[in-house]
Amino acid sequence: MNARLLPYVLILPVTLFLCLFFLYPFVLVAKQAFSTGSGFTLDNFSEVTSYWKFPITMRNTLLLAAAVVPIQLALALLMATMVNRMQRGRDLVLYVWTIPLGISDLAAGIIWLAIFDQSGFLNSMMSGLGLIEKPVNLLTFQNPGIVFLAIMLAEIWRATAIMLVILVAGIGLIPKEYYEAAEVFGASKWKQFLRITLPLLRPSLQTALVLRVILAFEIFAVVAALGGTLFPVLMGETYAYQFDLLNSGAAAAMALIILAISIGFTLIILRILRVPKGATI
Amino acid sequence: MAEIQIKNVAKKFGEYQALHDIKLTISDQEFMVLLGASGCGKTTLLRIICGLETATTGEVWIGGRRVDHLPPKDRGIAMVFQNYAVFPHLTVFENIGFGLRMQKLPNEEVTRRVERVAELMHIEMLLKRYSGELSGGQRQRVAVARALAMEPDVILMDEPLSNLDALLRMEMRAELKGVLAESKTTAVYVTHDQVEAMSMADRISVMHKGKIVQAASPIEVYRNPAAEFVAGFIGNPPMNFLQATSTGNGHWTVAGQSFDGPNSDKTLKFAIRPEDMTPSDTGLTATAKVIEPLGAHLLVTCDVDGAMFRAVLDSDTVVKPGDRLTLAPQTDRVRWFDPETTLAVA
Amino acid sequence: MTVVTTDVAAPDTRKAGRFVYISAVALLCAWVLVPIYFLLINTLSSPETVNSFPKPFIPEFDLGSLQFFAGFAGMLTALKNSVLVAGMTMIMSILIGAPAGYALSRFDFRGKELFRLLILLTRAFPLPLLALPLAVMFIQTGLDDTVFGLALVHTTLAIPFSVLITFSLFSGIPIELEEAAWTLGCTRLTAFTKVVLPLILPGITASAIFAFVISWNEVFAAAVLTIENRTLTAFLLQNLDTSPLHLKFAGGFILVVPALIFIFAVRKYLFAMWGIANR
Repeated sequence: MNARLLPYVLILPVTLFLCLFFLYPFVLVAKQAFSTGSGFTLDNFSEVTSYWKFPITMRNTLLLAAAVVPIQLALALLMATMVNRMQRGRDLVLYVWTIPLGISDLAAGIIWLAIFDQSGFLNSMMSGLGLIEKPVNLLTFQNPGIVFLAIMLAEIWRATAIMLVILVAGIGLIPKEYYEAAEVFGASKWKQFLRITLPLLRPSLQTALVLRVILAFEIFAVVAALGGTLFPVLMGETYAYQFDLLNSGAAAAMALIILAISIGFTLIILRILRVPKGATI
Repeated sequence: MAEIQIKNVAKKFGEYQALHDIKLTISDQEFMVLLGASGCGKTTLLRIICGLETATTGEVWIGGRRVDHLPPKDRGIAMVFQNYAVFPHLTVFENIGFGLRMQKLPNEEVTRRVERVAELMHIEMLLKRYSGELSGGQRQRVAVARALAMEPDVILMDEPLSNLDALLRMEMRAELKGVLAESKTTAVYVTHDQVEAMSMADRISVMHKGKIVQAASPIEVYRNPAAEFVAGFIGNPPMNFLQATSTGNGHWTVAGQSFDGPNSDKTLKFAIRPEDMTPSDTGLTATAKVIEPLGAHLLVTCDVDGAMFRAVLDSDTVVKPGDRLTLAPQTDRVRWFDPETTLAVA
Repeated sequence: MTVVTTDVAAPDTRKAGRFVYISAVALLCAWVLVPIYFLLINTLSSPETVNSFPKPFIPEFDLGSLQFFAGFAGMLTALKNSVLVAGMTMIMSILIGAPAGYALSRFDFRGKELFRLLILLTRAFPLPLLALPLAVMFIQTGLDDTVFGLALVHTTLAIPFSVLITFSLFSGIPIELEEAAWTLGCTRLTAFTKVVLPLILPGITASAIFAFVISWNEVFAAAVLTIENRTLTAFLLQNLDTSPLHLKFAGGFILVVPALIFIFAVRKYLFAMWGIANR
C-alpha cells in the first residue's frame, strides 16, 4: 500500500466514528438548544436559567467542585510523593490506592450510602461508642451539611485515583539527577518538592486538573445515590429535564451550559499552568 | 554479485535538504564506509539503499536491477541496525532464522544455515536464549548473524558498533572485517568513527551536509584530502591550517617562512598534519601553550602567527608551556586549499 | 537506646518520621479499603440484617441479599445487558482505536496535530451529554433501546483512551524491530503480525479491559438511551428511590467486583499510558 496514504486509512475509522457520534450529535445539541421549533432563539436558556432551582443547582455544582478538587489534588500529590520514595510494597500500595479508579460513580455512591444511611455504619459506630442512642437519619433536608459532606467524601474517595495515576506517571518522568543535583546544592526534601517536583510536574498537573474539573461538573450518580433531590446538581437537572419534564430543548441548553463552564475552567487551568516553550523535561 | 549504483539521489524532509544529488558506485564485494558527523546524511543514504526511506529524486540500482521502487524485502539486501533490533519475543535461533522462515525454506535448511552463521559469529551456545538474556556484544553478534544467514548480495550496517564499549568495539571491528571479506558480499557501513572507517574500509565516502565530499581509499583520504572539510575531519588531531600569501611563481609566505607551492595568485591555505613536523633550526616559529603527553607521543598545542597549531612530537621532547619551538614541516606532506572553493589545489 | 552517642536525636527523629510515613500509608490504604469492606459486609448479610440496626462489623456470610438480587425481576437481564454492551464496546474500541494509535506512533502526516486535537477534545468534553441528541438519532435509525446502540455511545467514550493507550504501546516498540522485519522478507502486514502483535498483545488486552470498564461503569448515557434493555447501572439508578437497601448494596457490589479485577489486570499499564498521554 502507498505509504503516504496508509496513515489516513488507519485514522479513518476513528475519524468517521467521532464525526458520527461526537461532532454530529454535538451540532444537534447546539441546534436543539438554540431553537424551540422556529428559528434561532435563546428561549431555552432563559427558561432554564430563570427556573428557581437553577441558581441553587449552579451553586451546588460549583461549590462541590471547589471543595473536592483542591483536596483531591493535595491528596494525590501527597500519595504520589509517598509512593515515589517507597522501596518495598510499592506495587501493592499503588494497586490498593488505584482501586477506586475502576469503581463507577454509582457504585461509589452506594458504598457511601452504606456508611451514611440511617441504619448504616456511621450510625452503628456512633451508637457503639455511645454517642447516640438511636440511629439518626443523616441524609435529610434538615442536614444539608451532612449531605454535602457525604457527597464530598464519596467524590474524594472515588476520583482521587485518576489524579494519582496521572501524577505518579508524571513524577516517574522526572529524572532522578535533578533531585541529586538539588541535594548537592543543599535543598531540603520540602524545597526539592517545591522547586523541582511541582514545576516539572506542570504538564501532568494540567491534565489531571482539567480532567478532574470537567468530571466534577458532570457529577451525577454519586449525588443521585446519596442525596437524591436533596442536593440538585446541573447534570441531574439535565436528566430531569429530559425524562421527568420531557423538555429536550431545555436539557440541551443545560448541556451547553455545562459545556461552557467546562471549557471556561479548562482554559483557565491551561493558562495558569502553562509551560514555557522549551522548559519541558 | 552486486554492484550498487546511486544515480543522482536527493532527499528532502519537508524544506530540509538532507541529500544533494548523490552519485556513487560501490563495486561488487567492496567494503564501502559512509563517514561523517551526525546529521550529514549518511544514515539517510543507507536507508535509501535499504528501502526504508524513499529518495525524493534519483535512482538506486543493485546488481544491475533498478530497486528504488521495491520494498526492502525484494532488494536482496540485509541490514544490521545500530540498536541491533533483535526481536525480544523470539529465541536467538528464531531471530537468525527469521528471514529464512519468511522465505519458507524447509526446516533442515533453516537449521543448517542458522547453525553455520552462529558458529561463524561464535554464538552457537546462545541459540536457545532470548535477547533479554544477552549482553550488548552478544546481541550485536546475533544481529550480524541474522543478516548473514540471508546470504544477501548486499549487507548494510548502520553504526553497528557504536553501542559497544571501546575494547569490544576494537575486537568486533577486526572480526566483522574478516567475516565480511569471507562472505564476499558487498558491504555499506555507516559510521562517525574515523578509526573504524580507516581500519575496515576498502573505500571511504566522506559526507558533509548531504554531499559526498570525497570517495577514495582510506590512505588517499588521509594523505590527500580533496577538500578542507576532509582535512579538518580526518586525523586525530586533524590537519593544521595557516594563511599563505603568494610571492609569485609558486612561492608562498606562511607565518614569515617561504614555501614552494602551487602556481596561483589567489590567497591559499597552507595545511600540514601535526605528525608531519619535526623540531628543527629552521621552520615555523611556534609558542607552546598546552602540552599533553599521550604516551606514544607528545601533543603540543601552540600558537603560530596568531593561529592555533598542533604538533605531535616524540614523547622524549622536552618542552613546557611558553617555550618557543621551531617546527620544520615535511615538505612532501604539505597540502594547499583554496578558501573560496574549499577544495585542494595541486 | 542505651548506647551512648553524641547524636541520639537524629536516628530518633528518623525513626519517628518513618513511623509517621508508614502509618500515613496504612491510613490511606484503609481509607480506600474500609468503605469497600462495608459494602462487602452488607452484601454478604441477610436482607434482615442489612435493614437492621446496629450493623455488625463482620459479614455473616449469608447469601440472602445476593439471592434476592438474582431473583429480582429484570436484574439478571440488566446484568447480561451490561456485559454485552461492555463486551461490544471493548471489541469496537480496540478495532477502531488501535489502527489510529499505530498511525500516531509511526507516521508523520499532514493533519496529525488536528487529529490529536480531536482526540483530546473528546476526552475534555462531557461526553454523556451527547446521549441526548443521540437518543433522537437512534429512534430515527431503529437503534433506540438496543444494546448495540448503547455500545456505540460507550465506544465513543472509550475511543480516546484506546487511541492514547495503543499510541503509547506502539511507541514503546522500537521502529527498528519492524524495519528489521521488513529487511528480512516481511511486508508491512506480516511484520506487524509476526513482530509487533506478539509484543503488544498484553498491552492491547489491558487497553481492552479499560474500555470494558468504562462501559461497565457508565450511568448517564445508559439511563438515557435504554428503556426496556436497561444495563445494570441504568437499572440500579432507575430503581434507587424504590428498591430496598439490600438490593442496592448487592447491585453495588456486583458493580465493584469487576473493578477490583480490572485494576489488578492492568495495573502495569495505567502509569505508562498516562505518562505518554501527557506529552
